[in-house]
Amino acid sequence: MRISVVVNGEDIGAQVPVRRNLADFLRHDVGLTGTHIGCEAGACGACTVLVDGRLHRACLMLAVQANGTTVETIEGADTSGRIAHLQAVFHRLNALQCGYCTPAMLLTAAELLRSNPKPSRDEVREWISGNFCRCTGYQAIVDAVMEATEGEADS
Amino acid sequence: MKAPPFSYIKPTSLAACLDVLAEHGDDAQVIAGGQSLMPLMNLRLAAPSVLIDIHGLEELRGIGQDGGQMRIGALECHADIGASEVIAQALPLLTSAAPHIGHIAIRERGTIGGSLALADPAAEWPACCLALRAEIELRSTRGVRQVAAEDFFRGIYETAREPDELLTAVRFPSNRQARADVNLFEEMARRRGDFAIAGLALVARRNGSILSDVRLALLGVADRAVLAHDAMGAIEGLALDADLIDAAVAALLGELEPPEDPAYPSSYRRRMAGVLLKRTLASLLTEVEHAA
Repeated sequence: MRISVVVNGEDIGAQVPVRRNLADFLRHDVGLTGTHIGCEAGACGACTVLVDGRLHRACLMLAVQANGTTVETIEGADTSGRIAHLQAVFHRLNALQCGYCTPAMLLTAAELLRSNPKPSRDEVREWISGNFCRCTGYQAIVDAVMEATEGEADS
Repeated sequence: MKAPPFSYIKPTSLAACLDVLAEHGDDAQVIAGGQSLMPLMNLRLAAPSVLIDIHGLEELRGIGQDGGQMRIGALECHADIGASEVIAQALPLLTSAAPHIGHIAIRERGTIGGSLALADPAAEWPACCLALRAEIELRSTRGVRQVAAEDFFRGIYETAREPDELLTAVRFPSNRQARADVNLFEEMARRRGDFAIAGLALVARRNGSILSDVRLALLGVADRAVLAHDAMGAIEGLALDADLIDAAVAALLGELEPPEDPAYPSSYRRRMAGVLLKRTLASLLTEVEHAA
């Protein structure tokens, strides 16, 4: 089926099998491998992207369902600079090790700060509870998100 | 794993969708948010030959008053229901329940129609529908019918919906007479976002310490969401105090027979349901005592 999707601001047209999921479309058809596949069942969160401004599991959407939508991946968020402060704090506080969960963690955390600029630690933990990390033990990630809120306030 | 092959149809009208359902029946599967169906297909536990994408059906959207009822379209996602001011005013139970559904990315895509049609025993919306006396709207080429929640949920992943029917909306009584004073939702899960071990939805009128028109629905403790009639009977029309709480919990423990499952023994789920009810009623009692 022929689809047309705006990915990170760019019009992408492609012919895809109907059973291809959005994560595979982004990774293989568009060449954006920052979106990761962990479980393909919606639990781990590594595939999280933004579709029409909403956090969605790319592994649980068909590429054909993204026809006519606007998708933002970690590459787009990075290039736009909108998560630069969060990325810097993640880096400084060692909120990543292997980096597998990190793109989705950043996109997810950025949405929290968009809707709740001053979350509590508990609110951060609640919000990122759908993003699994096998390396850090989460503490540094929560610290980074909390510190990112401080920084925004100062600047 | 990847989903097995299927034919994909995205009807542009409700009538066209109902025709497709009538034609394909059991071979077809409706995809709404896909947050339950896609995992099943990716794990190859489900393999419909025809997938009907209903996202093009605007008739399935909307949250608003419809006569003396609050109507929520089947395609409304959990996040939007949870964030709705209109719902917070009229049906605060739903506002309390929404954050318990999965995780934020799931809530931004998963729909109430999908949740009700799937009828997972641990789902939040079916229990809320029982507690609030909701009616579920089903449409087919044969017409439209409303099914009371109490008659809709029949067993594990089993509902009153026929294969050629589409779940199009859910309606809740919401005129002033229907509005409850007590709207409490509690759930217990091992980790945030996990399927519930047990959960409850409690709706009631309150006059001082006396609860009436009590509706108590449980999730995660049977093959479907259930009303706890004995526990409700133990509370109905009586003054809430420590003894009443014990009686209600005892009644609940007596009437529940959770199925055994590998994750949690039946006795554990039953006990946790009792703990949840005790905590919920105890905090309600504290609130009642402070108000007095």
